[in-house]
Amino acid sequence: MGEDTDATPTLNHRGFLPDHNYVTEADIISTVEFNHTGELLATGDKGGRVVIFQREPESKTEPFSQGEYNVYSTFQSHEPEFDYLKSLEIEEKINKIRWLPQQNAAHFLLSTNDKTIKLWKVSERDKRPEGYNLKDEEGRIKDLSTVTSLQVPVLMPMDLMVEVSPRRVFANAHTYHVNSISVNSDYQTYMSADDLRINLWHLDITDRSFNIVDIKPANMEDLTEVITAAEFHPHHCNLFVYSSSKGTLRLCDMREAALCDKHSKLFEEPEDPSARSFFSEIISSVSDVKFSHSGRYLLTRDYLTAKVWDLNMESKPLETYQVHDYLRSKLCSLYENDCIFDKFECAWNGSDSVIMTGAYNNFFRMFDRNTKRDVTLEASRESSKPRAVLKPRRVCAAGGKRRKDDISVDSLDFTKKILHTAWHPNENIIAIAATNNLYIFQDKLNSEMH
Amino acid sequence: MISTMECAADAQSLISISLMKIHNSRTQRGGIKLHKNLLVSYVLRNARQVYIKEKYAEIYRMQQYEEVMTVCNEIQELNPLDLDAEDAEDEEQARSACCSAEESLCGAACHRGAAQPVAHARTASALFGCSPLEDGSKEPDPCYYRSCCMEPSPVSHCDQFTANSNMHCNKTTVLDLDTHVVTTVENGYLHQDCCCDALQCGQGAQSPARKRKVEFGCCVSDVEDVSDFTAARKRAKREDCCYSNLDYTDTSNISNLISIFGSGFSGLLSRQSDLEQICSKQVLASLGAWTRAIVAF
Repeated sequence: MGEDTDATPTLNHRGFLPDHNYVTEADIISTVEFNHTGELLATGDKGGRVVIFQREPESKTEPFSQGEYNVYSTFQSHEPEFDYLKSLEIEEKINKIRWLPQQNAAHFLLSTNDKTIKLWKVSERDKRPEGYNLKDEEGRIKDLSTVTSLQVPVLMPMDLMVEVSPRRVFANAHTYHVNSISVNSDYQTYMSADDLRINLWHLDITDRSFNIVDIKPANMEDLTEVITAAEFHPHHCNLFVYSSSKGTLRLCDMREAALCDKHSKLFEEPEDPSARSFFSEIISSVSDVKFSHSGRYLLTRDYLTAKVWDLNMESKPLETYQVHDYLRSKLCSLYENDCIFDKFECAWNGSDSVIMTGAYNNFFRMFDRNTKRDVTLEASRESSKPRAVLKPRRVCAAGGKRRKDDISVDSLDFTKKILHTAWHPNENIIAIAATNNLYIFQDKLNSEMH
Repeated sequence: MISTMECAADAQSLISISLMKIHNSRTQRGGIKLHKNLLVSYVLRNARQVYIKEKYAEIYRMQQYEEVMTVCNEIQELNPLDLDAEDAEDEEQARSACCSAEESLCGAACHRGAAQPVAHARTASALFGCSPLEDGSKEPDPCYYRSCCMEPSPVSHCDQFTANSNMHCNKTTVLDLDTHVVTTVENGYLHQDCCCDALQCGQGAQSPARKRKVEFGCCVSDVEDVSDFTAARKRAKREDCCYSNLDYTDTSNISNLISIFGSGFSGLLSRQSDLEQICSKQVLASLGAWTRAIVAF
């Protein structure tokens, strides 16, 4: 399944010095998202920048360079801000990017930091008008006495220029940190979720939003859970789901009430009392939730597992996949070094048959839901030369029987974590963000989805 | 790289690590991360429950031992049954006082919409890394750990130092997280405050409580306070000796910190486990004089 994956050249779009281990924090990638056709791939980083990659069209002359992604545009989406009232600095880190479906020649995407969501228009310009009467080629005003005849300006081809402009700024609607945005299937509204509230916006209206979920208790001392992720259903524009830090999912129907505090469905797996530890609450917190493309299933990620839920079964998940269960005995150390708070994302493939999520040591894992096979792969410069086939990796317990090339749990590098991954909507192409590097892998042999 | 150091999974080290995390979150860029602090508070709660259970078990064992020794060694002037009855009575009082005090503290504190950052409030909220955020005009948001501050100043104001020394009370060290001032109370005269002269010590330790009462506007009746101190006096007498056996380096600092933060965890404590709550309150009460002043508040 994953064994035949080819590695395209890694795309290092940052000024990373290979001689040093120094990584500028601003270059750390914080979100990755394909657009609806897969032609464009957007990444956001901690420095507030967005980089968009475009897939090169397949060329008959160079069959091996088909379908590679190259930088299309770079822009500064968010700047650091200071809230003077609360004496707080607002980070410019891009938390999420979501593309709008393409409706004309331009592309639109939403990007958000902790407080403000922005709608960006990405358009191409490949012609420019020439032959003005009052201005010369450099734009200087002509001396009127030199103008003897009138001409009609014509559009002449020019080098392709990608222009990015902010079309809307949706600000001042969130007291807490925004963790998710999701575009509705009606293509007119979208929602933004912070720790305690979810707001519904219209894409054209920036000065008003509707609060649809509010879990803030009257007394903050009674706070027991926060919202960790939220997403609209891919087909039903009235349904959305949000996950909580307690490991529950709530499916809400906006037709039922204006304020969707009361859920339509609550997905929760009862806790196993024998597995109780100091860190039970932390590892059960859901870090990401994604609807399947079909809209029938939900994929969630908590610290140690990934779970697939059936929308029709609330009592327990349909499938549970252990991502890195060998960490269960290391939770205390992971708590000390803060790794236990890492929020891993998860992804479906286009046909909903395979799920993918990241882990430590630049490993990422894929689980085939049909064959029940899984694979661990590594995103690193050393192990992925261009065109090379990725080798499956294995993590063995400390002191256990070790095969060649296995990695022991104690040798894992916990500073190299893959939190953000994305899967092309139609093809077997995946984008993996490893700290400040972006890796794009293609499965050339099985480029069609099964 | 994962730390190669042996992870001390015991409750005390987890508590101190968690408190450090909460403290460090104050200075992190981007403001307080509500989600992370909530998770840390869960670890803190879990560790505290384990710690208090262990503590209570130990105290209970010591009490049993003590009772046995009392019966065996001395000629009885007091009928031991009477002593128990007396204590049971005080326990009842303390229980109701504790619970209602706690309840009223929380209930009153919850609607502190207008309780804006007075110096004490700032210290209190600052302990948990909150800055007094405002949700429009509503109450400060992340200040949900409404624990009282550990002002070093009340310590110095309490200068009731009598000869009735409970020599087993050792040093109490308090760290003010805001000013980073460390205050050490010698010989536990705070214990003595509560133990000996209930009235005097009541006033001494109560004056900071009253000070805060005015600022927070909580309505805690004096009756509860007095009965608390009475109970504390009796309990402190019986349990002080067990502390001589404890290691008073980090342990005492942590137990004091726990007791001080103890009153702020009402949202996380299950309200159904009343007995556990009561027991933990008793243990809290015995952990230090700070607790008395705060729980009674």
